[in-house]
Amino acid sequence: MSTEGASDAAAPEHPLIELSEIQKVYASGDVSVHALRGVTLGIERGEFVAVMGSSGSGKSTLMNILGCLDRPTSGVYKLDGAEVSRLTKAELAEVRNKTLGFVFQNFNLLARTSAQENVELPLVYAGVAGKERRRRAVAALTRVGLEKRMDHTPNQLSGGQQQRVAIARAIVSQPKVILADEPTGNLDSRTSVEVMSIFQELGRAGITVVLVTHEPDIAEYASRVIIVKDGYIQSDKRREMKEAIVPPEFVPPVSARSPTGGQA
Amino acid sequence: MNWFMTFRVAVRAIVRNGLRSFLTTLGIIIGVGAVIAMMAIGAGAKARVEQAFAAMGTDLLILLPGSSSSSGVRGGFGSQPTLTWDDLAAIRTEVPMVKNASPQLRSNQPIVSEDQNWTTSVYGVATEYFDIRSWPMSSGAIFTDADIDSSAKVVVLGQTVVDKLYGPNANPVGQMVRIGVNPFRIVGVAKRKGQSSSGTDYDDAAFIPFTTHAHKIQGGLGKYMNGQVYIQAQPGMTTRAQADVTGLMRDRHKIPPSGDDDFSIRNLSEIASSQAESTDTITTLLACVALVSLVVGGIGIMNIMLVSVTERTREIGVRMALGAKPMNILSQFLIEALTLSITGGLIGVASGVGVALLLTIKYQWPTLLQPEVILVSVGFSAFVGVVFGLYPAWKASQLDPIDALRYE
Repeated sequence: MSTEGASDAAAPEHPLIELSEIQKVYASGDVSVHALRGVTLGIERGEFVAVMGSSGSGKSTLMNILGCLDRPTSGVYKLDGAEVSRLTKAELAEVRNKTLGFVFQNFNLLARTSAQENVELPLVYAGVAGKERRRRAVAALTRVGLEKRMDHTPNQLSGGQQQRVAIARAIVSQPKVILADEPTGNLDSRTSVEVMSIFQELGRAGITVVLVTHEPDIAEYASRVIIVKDGYIQSDKRREMKEAIVPPEFVPPVSARSPTGGQA
Repeated sequence: MNWFMTFRVAVRAIVRNGLRSFLTTLGIIIGVGAVIAMMAIGAGAKARVEQAFAAMGTDLLILLPGSSSSSGVRGGFGSQPTLTWDDLAAIRTEVPMVKNASPQLRSNQPIVSEDQNWTTSVYGVATEYFDIRSWPMSSGAIFTDADIDSSAKVVVLGQTVVDKLYGPNANPVGQMVRIGVNPFRIVGVAKRKGQSSSGTDYDDAAFIPFTTHAHKIQGGLGKYMNGQVYIQAQPGMTTRAQADVTGLMRDRHKIPPSGDDDFSIRNLSEIASSQAESTDTITTLLACVALVSLVVGGIGIMNIMLVSVTERTREIGVRMALGAKPMNILSQFLIEALTLSITGGLIGVASGVGVALLLTIKYQWPTLLQPEVILVSVGFSAFVGVVFGLYPAWKASQLDPIDALRYE
């Protein structure tokens, strides 16, 4: 691709995420399924983007490509200025480890493993030494308000707490982008607001959050909503995001801001 | 991801499925245990055979008189005395490969002490005989060449004979016994030698000068010797000595090139090595059977590792999403398989050693534990772990993270 990634919101500098003409074709036998038919998109640092769409719209494929879990059939994907769409499996793993953080609908914590060890996992693969790993895991868990639950295993934690552990795990390696796939799908509405307020907080600290959801009231907390349909971006709207205000009896989970996280 | 962390994850995964892991390693445990026990038993049996032949004497050849052949009826070896005293003298002087030679005349005689009697084999031998059979005295001394020359009535008793006549721990040197009708003075007691491989008690014997035997015990046969010749070859030269003695004897007995020997020579080191070889063959066979069980154990490990990979597909997906490279996943499962197989190997070593010790202590089976066998079997179990762990680990590392994360 010779042209610069041209997003509809023209950016003065390199956007953090730059997709241009991304196509993804799944070939199964004689039939080939076009999951993405040319997606061009730019996402800035600190943006909080909600991706919506019905099932089969291509939003999962888009998320997989954004998350470097899958490679596009054609097109260019620049993440933080580096072309990542043609990397090997091992190189993609390194990008996921250093630049991305994942939050899943079903939390995906390792069973029978303490919250702290779960959070340490990305650092283990980054080759961070034991002492530093522990220090950072404790800091991340403190940031999501779980400093008193560090030794608990997932089955000793509520759904909301498990998702906060997962968020701590996603932010522990200080990634630039957090990708959240239906993070509130298994949570009640109050804990959903809790989780959204953590994401808003991360956005204010300069971390880009891309969220897949099918719930419009969850998408309201984002500053930009992209709707995917039939492999195309159908609409892309920026708007004032709704402040996630947790009901009064709730103790705010974000008690300490990261000293390193600058304002976007 | 460092090795220690990987190892810890592996141990945790193994301990979590304790019973399953144990049953999986059972194949390796039995395989390694069997290899070690079999090799220990085999080596022990071989050592006993070698020890038994060493007790006969080293570099030993036995020259036997030939068979008689009259009217087509052929007697066995020794059925006719064909060896002469001159043959003995020639062997002693004319064959450089022969270090020592001694006649051995044999008869069964009652030996009578003051208040006991015991019938045993009485051997007429030369002084060199004790050297040839590496048989020292426990008390007293061997009779001398002067005793041989004068056909002296002196005797060296075996320990069993001493036990029967005087009781254990007695020292009868200097006392008199009667053999046949003649009084003999006991000059020495031969040190206990034990049993031959066929169970004959070496110590149930008495030794007198061969001249005395020929003159006083069993009537002389003139120039023929009524017995065998024990020959000790120069160290390591038994085969050459055998050939040289054969040539000399054929010459002396004027046997034409096409004729059969009228004597025979037993090469004990040859018999010993063929015995050791057959023990080796059996040991190898048994070890092969045990190795098969190790391979079966390896298949068990592969099976359980495949189950483990399938069970933990989601975990693999999560680890990959968080930055685990295919290599990290591969080494994680490979180390798990290795930990299983090496642990099994170590338990197998312990049980194999245990079985060998039990057989020795409880049933007096001779066993010999060889450190190199232990090392090789642990090494082999590790090898089995790598070989059979590689495919499941590779399969895990090639999972697609998207599919793995979605796996229910």
